[in-house]
Amino acid sequence: MSNTILGIFASSGGAAASAGSYESISSQTLASDTATVTFSSIPATYVSLQLRILSRSTRAAANANLNIQINSDTGTVYTLHELSGDGATATATGSAAGGVTNASIARSTGTTATASVFAVSIVDIHNYASSTQNKTIRSFFGYDNNGSGIVGLRSVLYVGTTAVSAFTLSSASSSSFLTGSTFALYGIKG
Amino acid sequence: MATTYDKIASTTMAGTSASVTFSSIPATYTDLRLVVVATTSVADSISLQFNGDTAANYSITILNGSGAAASSTRSSGSTRIFSNNNLSTTVPKLYTADIFSYAGSTFKTTLISLAGDTNGAGSIETNVGLYRSTSAITQVVVGLGGGNLTGTATLYGILKA
Repeated sequence: MSNTILGIFASSGGAAASAGSYESISSQTLASDTATVTFSSIPATYVSLQLRILSRSTRAAANANLNIQINSDTGTVYTLHELSGDGATATATGSAAGGVTNASIARSTGTTATASVFAVSIVDIHNYASSTQNKTIRSFFGYDNNGSGIVGLRSVLYVGTTAVSAFTLSSASSSSFLTGSTFALYGIKG
Repeated sequence: MATTYDKIASTTMAGTSASVTFSSIPATYTDLRLVVVATTSVADSISLQFNGDTAANYSITILNGSGAAASSTRSSGSTRIFSNNNLSTTVPKLYTADIFSYAGSTFKTTLISLAGDTNGAGSIETNVGLYRSTSAITQVVVGLGGGNLTGTATLYGILKA
C-alpha cells in the first residue's frame, strides 16, 4: 500500500507561507562560461548564509575544485579539511597550518563528466557578520556519473574577523564555470 | 528579501504504508528539500524514485561512517536512489534529500544525508544520487524495500531570488 499526497501549493504563488527565517538574497545563472562569480554588498542582517550551487566547469577532467575568497582577501588566511568518498574509498585530507590563498569549498563537474551532469553543493557560512570571530564554512557537495562520482564534506576556516560582505567563487585550474551553472545565496535569520 | 523555504506538503505515516508519494509538485521552485523522520516495521533501506520511473535510470555514490570506520560504495544503473543503511524498527532516523534544479532540463542530482545513531550502534551517511532524466520532476516517491513507515515526511520548496 502506498500513501499519496497531493502537493497542494498556496494559490498566491508561495507568498502565503508563514513569515520565515530563510530568505533569498540574490542569485546568478550564467549565460556564458564565466571565470568568477562574485556576491557583494551582502547585508549583515542574518545569522548565517547558505549558498546552493549547481556547477559544471570547462576543465578537461572529471571535476574541478570550486574555490572561494572572502572580502577579496588574497592572504594565506584559509585552511580546510575534507572527508569524501569516490564510490570505492573514503578519504580524509586537510591543508597544512598557515593556510592557502584560495580555499576550495566544493567541486564542479568537468568536461569529461557525463553530459548534462552538474555537481551540486550546499555551503553554509556561519556567523558571517561577526566582527570578532574567524569564520567557519561548511559544504556538502557531490556529483554522480552513473559509474563514477564523488560525495563529500568540506570545512574551511577563514582567519579573519571582519564581517563577510563579499565573496568570490572561481573554478580551479584556470577553468571557468560552464553556461547554466547557478549560484543562489540565501540568508538565515536568528 | 523574499522569504522562501515553503512547505509544499507533509504527511504523518502511521505504519500502514510502504511508501509515500508527493505528486503534482509545482515547478515554481529552484530546489526541493525532503525531510523524513521515521522508523519502519522491518529494517530496510529508504529510497527515492521520481516521476514513477522504475527503470534503471538511477545511480548513487555513498560515503558512510559506521562508528568504527569510514567507507565509500556506489551503485550504478539502479532502479532507485537508496540509502546504504537501513531505517530502524525502534529509533527514528533523520533522512534529508536536496533535489537540485528539479524542474530544469539537465539530469537531476540529489544530496542525501541519513543520520542514524541508535545508542551504541548506528551510522551516518552522506550520498549523492543521480536521476538520468531531463524531464521536470513532478512526483517523488519515498519508499522501502519491505515493511511500513511510521513517522513524518515533509517536502519543501526553495526559490532563488
